[in-house]
Amino acid sequence: MGKRTPLYDTHVASGAKIVDFGGWDMPVAYGSQIEEHHAVRRDAGMFDVSHMCPVDVTGADARIFLKRLVANNVDKLTQSGKALYACMLNHAGGVIDDLIIYFLRDDWFRVVVNASTADKDLAWMEKVRLDDGFAVTIKPRRDLAMIAVQGPNARAKFWQVRPATKVATEGLGAFFAAEVGELFVARTGYTGEDGFEVMLPTGRAAQLWTDLKAAGVAEAGLGARDTLRLEAGMNLYGNDMDEAISPLDAGLAWTVDLKSPRDFVGRAALERDGARLALVGLKLLDKGVLRAHQKVVTPAGDGEITSGTFSPTLGFSVAMARVPREVKLGDTVQVDIRGKLLPAQVVKMPFVRNGKALI
Amino acid sequence: MNIPSNLKYTASHEWAKVGSDGLLWIGITDAAQDMLGDLVYVGDFKVGAKLKAGETAGVVESVKAASDVYAPVDGEVAAFNDSLGSEPQQLNSAPYDAWIFKLKTSASIDGLLDAKAYEANVAASK
Repeated sequence: MGKRTPLYDTHVASGAKIVDFGGWDMPVAYGSQIEEHHAVRRDAGMFDVSHMCPVDVTGADARIFLKRLVANNVDKLTQSGKALYACMLNHAGGVIDDLIIYFLRDDWFRVVVNASTADKDLAWMEKVRLDDGFAVTIKPRRDLAMIAVQGPNARAKFWQVRPATKVATEGLGAFFAAEVGELFVARTGYTGEDGFEVMLPTGRAAQLWTDLKAAGVAEAGLGARDTLRLEAGMNLYGNDMDEAISPLDAGLAWTVDLKSPRDFVGRAALERDGARLALVGLKLLDKGVLRAHQKVVTPAGDGEITSGTFSPTLGFSVAMARVPREVKLGDTVQVDIRGKLLPAQVVKMPFVRNGKALI
Repeated sequence: MNIPSNLKYTASHEWAKVGSDGLLWIGITDAAQDMLGDLVYVGDFKVGAKLKAGETAGVVESVKAASDVYAPVDGEVAAFNDSLGSEPQQLNSAPYDAWIFKLKTSASIDGLLDAKAYEANVAASK
């Protein structure tokens, strides 16, 4: 038996198929994964993301600690509630995890890390704290559950069931969060659609889930979450980058701040190595399905698919692939699918955003 | 789980029956489609291919995963159900109505699993 979120029984009662995900028993789908995907693109769906771990970083050195800890620069966060996507690197420049950092006060930031990496992330954060003697406290918040409500009608449906939150959250811009009583409401997500990610005490999660379901929000599992994030061109830790991969080789250069003189962990390695490979979008031009680890054949050398799937929105297969930097947008490459070479085109990501096909 | 008693089965989740044309019709079971989830591609079957029992005949792919489909007995691929190329989801909605390929074979299917044995097999793999 794996670890279970406060919503586990709710998922089972809804008929979810449960799978192991990084040591957690999580719902992969409640029925048709494709229908769940469409519900998020067209209306509203919700995901239990309570396996992810919020970590509160508090204390006088909170900001300078995070400036050392991650490759993006938390000095970009000046307004309370603003969020930043960042990678936490090891000294070799590999990605220990990708995370979201919410700035609340100068002595309080909330960091949300991935489920399967949470333990090593916390150990690493403690190590970086001790190495330089930062005056911060690092506290995992396992007392919080998290529900992502996503889709064009997600916010409206959330306000319908929690009307008292509307005043405080209707003015939230993208990538902003607000505390509203015992709820922490963030206009963030992992689907390419509008919506909220809501943190709340674990004991309150099932009621919010049930209320949202009654308001017509579709239950959606990890399967739909993966096809949605891939269409949205968002990286998945463990697939598209890991401890052996630099963010510069994972399409994440935009999250690395080398302009400021700040000495973050991994900076020296990134400056020494530079970008060696490119992460590109692929569209399969034939029938079939692109999958992680399939070989990509290009005139400049071989690459590899890091994430691939059938896109329910587009009706064909798309993928992210790590390839030689000479490979350019519009090029046709070959993908080895069970011994057959099939043509795929290099396209710009995201593939889909806010319900619209972009390729 | 729907496991019709008039069909024969394999441990790799194919069903088989001798059709009205005398050929062996083969598809995937309800348990197989349930494990795979939404099917999005069925292909690689080669009409004319001579296969031994247990050899790969082609593939079915869902959003989640690719899964080989095997020949349950020795034989020659006589037909592929082309309608699955454009509508693979037939395998989700009616797995026992949609045969995937047909084998021309002189082999007996008596040695395959009956419904009861297949059901036990599914239960054991859970």
